[in-house]
Amino acid sequence: MNKIISFPHLGNYSVPISFLLRELTKYEVRESPPITKKTLEIGSKYAPDTVCVPFKYNLGNFIETLDNGSDILIQAGGGCRYGYYSEVQEKILRDLGYNFEFINLIDSDKMKIREVYRTFKKMNKHLNFFKFSYYMLLTIQMIRYMDKLDEIIRHRIGFSLNIKDFTNNKSKMLDEFSKVNSFYSLTRKYFKYKKIFKNIKIIKPNNCIKIGIIGELYTAMEPFSSYFLEMELAKNNIEIKRFTNLTYLLFQKRRQTKKMLGKIKDYCTYTLGADGMDNVYRCKYLIDNKYDGIIHTKPFGCTPEVGAIPIIEKICSDNCMPIIFFSFDSQTSEVGIKTRLEAFYDMLNVKKG
Amino acid sequence: MDKITIGIPRALLYYKYKDLWINFFEKLGCNVIVSPCSTKETLENGKKYLNDEACLSIKIYMGHVDYLKDKCDYVLVPRYVSLVKHEKLCTNFSCLYDLVRNKIDVPIINYNIDIDKKEDEFYAFTGMGLALGFKYAKVVKAYKDAKKDEKISSDKRLLKQKSILGSSKNIKILVAGHPYNMYDNLIGKPIIEFLKKNNIEVIYADIYDKKYLKSEVERITKRNYWTFNKELIGSISHHKKRMDGIILLTVFPCGPDSLSNEMIIRNVLDVPIIQLVIDELDSEAGIITRLESFIDILNERRQVHE
Repeated sequence: MNKIISFPHLGNYSVPISFLLRELTKYEVRESPPITKKTLEIGSKYAPDTVCVPFKYNLGNFIETLDNGSDILIQAGGGCRYGYYSEVQEKILRDLGYNFEFINLIDSDKMKIREVYRTFKKMNKHLNFFKFSYYMLLTIQMIRYMDKLDEIIRHRIGFSLNIKDFTNNKSKMLDEFSKVNSFYSLTRKYFKYKKIFKNIKIIKPNNCIKIGIIGELYTAMEPFSSYFLEMELAKNNIEIKRFTNLTYLLFQKRRQTKKMLGKIKDYCTYTLGADGMDNVYRCKYLIDNKYDGIIHTKPFGCTPEVGAIPIIEKICSDNCMPIIFFSFDSQTSEVGIKTRLEAFYDMLNVKKG
Repeated sequence: MDKITIGIPRALLYYKYKDLWINFFEKLGCNVIVSPCSTKETLENGKKYLNDEACLSIKIYMGHVDYLKDKCDYVLVPRYVSLVKHEKLCTNFSCLYDLVRNKIDVPIINYNIDIDKKEDEFYAFTGMGLALGFKYAKVVKAYKDAKKDEKISSDKRLLKQKSILGSSKNIKILVAGHPYNMYDNLIGKPIIEFLKKNNIEVIYADIYDKKYLKSEVERITKRNYWTFNKELIGSISHHKKRMDGIILLTVFPCGPDSLSNEMIIRNVLDVPIIQLVIDELDSEAGIITRLESFIDILNERRQVHE
């Protein structure tokens, strides 16, 4: 019987991840069921109380996918508490009586390509290093293209005549991306959809409201965990700038740290842990580029962000920049978020005149 | 020239490095002020500088810095990232310096320890001494002497605890929490006093011989990378056979503890464990009730065994 491999959700990135797993392992890849309220409920039932929300989502994903018949689970590591998720989750699931294999892709903070290769080699004996690196690079390129297209969408979606033009095309795009088999076809698809997204008709006023979204990575990248915040903003004719995406986390972050520290040396002498310092820099960037407001999202109790928030507050109040903080928990009510967002949006409108 | 006055907040890493810090500055010829034990007022003062989701320990820390702000020339606010290679500390320790600098208007003397980036303790302390304007040779000598004194006093504490472990026939409870929580006047003190009042020998988890740390930690967890939590886990696995019960003392919402304690509770099954989460809403009665019933359980258990 063929084994089934599965992994927790992270926004749209399940497409490249399942693409990679499908090409590199001989197992069947089955995405965990889409995140719903139920996922979070199951997750918070078995997770420790004060742990941050991504843990609960991931655990809920795992339980749902195990009930669905998966045998192998994959979790990544790195970052702040993320690195220790895997062991605790594995223990909780074993205590619940599930039988499965658990694979941790990234061990320490730095991604070591040879260790990842060794992990995949264990799963598939016929894998060679050439094939491994080819599909790895193809996946990375796919993630890059996805992030670039997402940026275009974020700039334009708020002003479209019909939001469905964008969302439908995006799901078509993801579908086609998952079927590519070479760099050539991937690049062609990328340019095809770039053209499509750029040609969708929009009415964009010159002085539209521009908002930057900063904050913790999971709530930024998984729309469900922020209760579709970006969608909500798009409905209100707002241009959105979001910094966190996988391209940034995997490749750009390490290169830019020194540059970012130099730009904000009045506020930060050192890095603050995880994305803390990055977020202070982003505030500075948004202020310099004359954005109208900032939204900061994080799961409840995210230690690096909680440490960075007083500094973010200071840089914003020094420069008269409106900022709103959202803290998402398993108990957060959607209506409360909407109300606060509306008030923020109204305030920006009045300020803009 | 007047003597330089250094203020040391009695919170967080003070409880771990107090001997080193005080001796180092006194050997250099500085005056040292340590802020008084934390009170409700300290917490209230600290709270106003931080987001309300910040953990209780760091709120108390800010309160102590606030107390010191016009009483000394410099306040010592070190930054710690990692103490052992490939391990980390809670991110609160790495943002502490910038947090204090941005929020409280006070001159800071600072050093940075990040083993992964090859900034070790000797380098950090000499750098700090030079920044205060002392000669290099004097700084090095002060650091070495302070280090010796630190060793002596930690040995003394170890001996004292060992004698309690060997001699006492009372019920023994291991209090496992970070030193800055266990010894703090607001967080750990009331609990420890209550235990002592009930004729219980309190064993502190931070005092033990760390020689076999690695193998002891691996009995409970393999991937944990927080140095302080690893020390706690090692202590639990080192002591558990001789203990009647274990109290996991943590504050709300401690990041590393939330996962690491879950792992301890799920893996250490042969000793009764209670987890006490202290928050700023003061509900001593609730905690005392839980402790009382925990002690009753331990008493019953002992009688059955005998």
